[in-house]
Amino acid sequence: MKYIYDLHQSLSGHHLILAYEGEFTQEITKSILAMVERNMDSTGEDSSIKRKVFNVMVESLQNIVKHADNNQEASHSAVFMVGKQKEKYTIISGNPMNNETIPIVQDKIDAVNKLDKDGLKAYYKEIIKNTKISEKGGAGLGFVDMARKSGQKLEVDFQDLGTGQSFFALKASIERL
Amino acid sequence: MEILNLEGAEDTPKIMLDKANGIFELSGRSLPEDSAEFYQPILDWIEAYESDPNPSTEFTFKLEYFNTASSKLILDVLSALEDIDGMSIVWYFHEDDEDMEEAGEEFSELVELPFEFKTY
Repeated sequence: MKYIYDLHQSLSGHHLILAYEGEFTQEITKSILAMVERNMDSTGEDSSIKRKVFNVMVESLQNIVKHADNNQEASHSAVFMVGKQKEKYTIISGNPMNNETIPIVQDKIDAVNKLDKDGLKAYYKEIIKNTKISEKGGAGLGFVDMARKSGQKLEVDFQDLGTGQSFFALKASIERL
Repeated sequence: MEILNLEGAEDTPKIMLDKANGIFELSGRSLPEDSAEFYQPILDWIEAYESDPNPSTEFTFKLEYFNTASSKLILDVLSALEDIDGMSIVWYFHEDDEDMEEAGEEFSELVELPFEFKTY
C-alpha cells in the first residue's frame, strides 16, 4: 500500500491540485472544469486569472476528447493535471500519439511559440478566417488560443513508447500576478 | 416567424431569437461538444430571417466564455448577419474581461458590421 503514500507525495511535490486519468468525455470535462473552478473560487482567485485558467483547461481537455474519439484506447490512457503554485498555474495534458503525427503537432507548436502577443493575434485572425471545422470538431485554433491566454511558451515533450506511438505531454502556464 | 429559444447550460449558451419582439441574443458559455451541430439551428434561423427582416436589428452577444470551435461558429453567425440590412451588433463584456473585449474587437475587424461595445 506504500504506493498510495508515494503517489500522494508525488502529487504534492509537483504542486498538483488535480490529477485525472481515465475516460475523457464532455461530461468528464465539465466535471473537471467545475472542480478547478471551485478550487479557484474558494481561494478567492482573481477573476481574470480564473478565466484564463478555465480557457486553457477547456482547449486542453477538448483536445484529449477529440483524440479519444477515433482511438478508444487513447481515451483511457490520457492524463490531465492542474498545478497551482504561488506564482503560477500549470495545465498539463498527456496522451499517446501516433509517431507520424508528431511532426505535424511539433510544427504547430513551433509556429505558435515563435510569435509574440501581436503575432499570435494576427495568426489567430488568419486561421479563423480560413479554417473549417474539422470532422473531429476542432477549428485548428487550440494551441494559438492556449498560447494567447497563457502568455507563455507552450512546453511539449514526446516520450517514445516503442509501439509506433509516443506519449505527448503538453504544458501551459498562467502567471498569477 | 418562429421563436428560437434555447435554455443555456453549463456548456451551451442561452439563445433567444424573437423577430416579433425584436430580441436577438446569445449569452452565457459556449463550449459544446459539437459546435457545428449546436450552431446549425441558429444559422438556419438567421437564413430564414434574412428573407424578411425587421427594418433594423440589434443582435446582442453577451458571452461569458467561448471555446475556439465556438469562435469559428460565432464568426459564421456574424458573416450570416452581414447580409442583412439594418443589422448592428451589441457586444457585451464583463468590465474586467479584457480578453472578451479584445475578442469582440477582433470579430468587428473580420466582418463589415457596426459594433457597439458595452460592459456589464
